[in-house]
Amino acid sequence: MNENLYQLDACNLLCPMPVIETQNRVKELNVGDMLKVTCTDPGVKNDIPAWCRINGHEIISIEEDGRKIIITVQVGAD
Amino acid sequence: MYKAVSLISGGLDSLLATKLIIDQGIHVEGINFYTGFCVEGHTHAIRKKDKKKEKRNNALWVAEELGIKLHIINVIDEYKDVVINPKHGYGQHMNPCLDCKGFMVKKAYEWILENEFDFIITGEVIGQRPMSQRKETMPIIAEESGAGDRLLRPLCAKNLPPTLPELEGWVNRDELKDFSGRSRKPQMALVNFYNIKDYAQPAGGCCFLTDKKYSAKLKDMWQARGSREYELDDIMLLKVGRHIRPSENYKLIIAREEGEVNYLEGYKKQFTHLRILSHHGPLTLIDGDPSEQDLVLAAQIAARYSQGRQAEQVEVEIKTPEFEAKKLTIKPLSAEQIPEKWHV
Ligand code: SF4
Repeated sequence: MNENLYQLDACNLLCPMPVIETQNRVKELNVGDMLKVTCTDPGVKNDIPAWCRINGHEIISIEEDGRKIIITVQVGAD
Repeated sequence: MYKAVSLISGGLDSLLATKLIIDQGIHVEGINFYTGFCVEGHTHAIRKKDKKKEKRNNALWVAEELGIKLHIINVIDEYKDVVINPKHGYGQHMNPCLDCKGFMVKKAYEWILENEFDFIITGEVIGQRPMSQRKETMPIIAEESGAGDRLLRPLCAKNLPPTLPELEGWVNRDELKDFSGRSRKPQMALVNFYNIKDYAQPAGGCCFLTDKKYSAKLKDMWQARGSREYELDDIMLLKVGRHIRPSENYKLIIAREEGEVNYLEGYKKQFTHLRILSHHGPLTLIDGDPSEQDLVLAAQIAARYSQGRQAEQVEVEIKTPEFEAKKLTIKPLSAEQIPEKWHV
C-alpha cells in the first residue's frame, strides 16, 4: 500500500474542534494514509483515540512536545 | 435493515433511547452537533479546578459504549441565527431550547436524506424540561424541522401519536416507553435493566447558554458592541477569565490561573494585551477599542490582580497586535476602586 503522510494543525482549538477537523480531513484521505495532527488541548489524548476506535481508524503514535500534542492517525477502511 | 440516526448529546437519555432502538435490530449511527456553546470538552481543558474530572467527550464515550459510529458536525455558523433570533424566545437564561431542538432535528433530517437513513431518534421525554420538552412542543419540533413522522422519541413514544417507523413496523411500538415528567426513576430502572455502570450526570442543560453568568457575559458583549453578531473566538473567550468592563468601548479579560494564561496566550496576536513586568501577575487581554487613557486604567486594574497589588508602583507592558510594546509604571487600583458593576 502506498501511504501518504498529511499534516493538520489544530493548535489552540479546544475539543471537540480538533476531533471535528480530524474527522473532516480523514474523510478526504484514502485507506492507509497517515494524518499527523498537532494540538494543544490535552483533551485530544482521549478524544481523538476514542473517535478513531469508533470509526475504525488507528492511532499510530501520540507524542508530546512541550504544550504540543502530536497524534498520528492511520486511516482505516470505512 | 432500516437505519436511524440518533442525536447523541452525551447524556443518559439519548444513550437509553438509542439502546432501545439498537435492540430492535435497527442500524443506528450517532450525530452530535457542535454549536460553540456546548459544555462538552472546553473549559475542562483550561481550568485547574476541572482537572480532576476525566477529560472525555461524553458524546464520543456514549457512542463507544453503544458500539455505534458518531458524526460530529460543526454547526457554529448556522447556529448563530438560533441564538440571535430565536422564534420561540429564550428560556431562563440565554438558552433558546425550543428553536435549538428544532434546528438540530432539522440538521439531522438533512443528514438522513443525504445519507439514505430512514428515521431520526432523540432522547426527549415529555415534561422533562419546562421549555423544550412539553407535550405541546413535541409536534412543533417535528413540524418545524421538516422531519415530521420520521422523528421518533423512544423514551416517550407511547405518549405520542405513532410515527412512521412504528406505523410501518420498522420498530415495535410495544417495546418503546411511555416516560413523562421530571422523575428520573424510569430512566434509572432502565439503567439497571441494561446494567449500565457509568454515564454522564444530566446537569441543568447541555450548553453554556443555560448558565446565568455566561448568559450575562453574552448579553454584555452584545450590548457593548451594539450588535449580536459573534465569532467562535468571542463566545469561547466568554468562558475564560475574569471579565471587567470599565466602559462600553472595552473590557479586560484577566486570566485567573495558569491554564487560562496558556489559553489566552493563543490570542496575543489578535488582541492588545497586558503583562505585569515587575511582579508575578496574570496575562490580560483587552477586547474592544480603548483609548490611551483607557489603557492606563486597564493597567491599573490588571495590576490589582498581580502580586504587586499593594505596591506603590507596578510596571506593566502593553502590546498591541502590531507588536508596539510600551511600558507603563502605574499604581494598582484598590479593590474598592473597582466598582462591582464593572464585573461582568
Ligand atoms: S440547553 Fe443549549 S444545547 Fe440544550 S436544547 Fe437548550 S439551547 Fe440547545
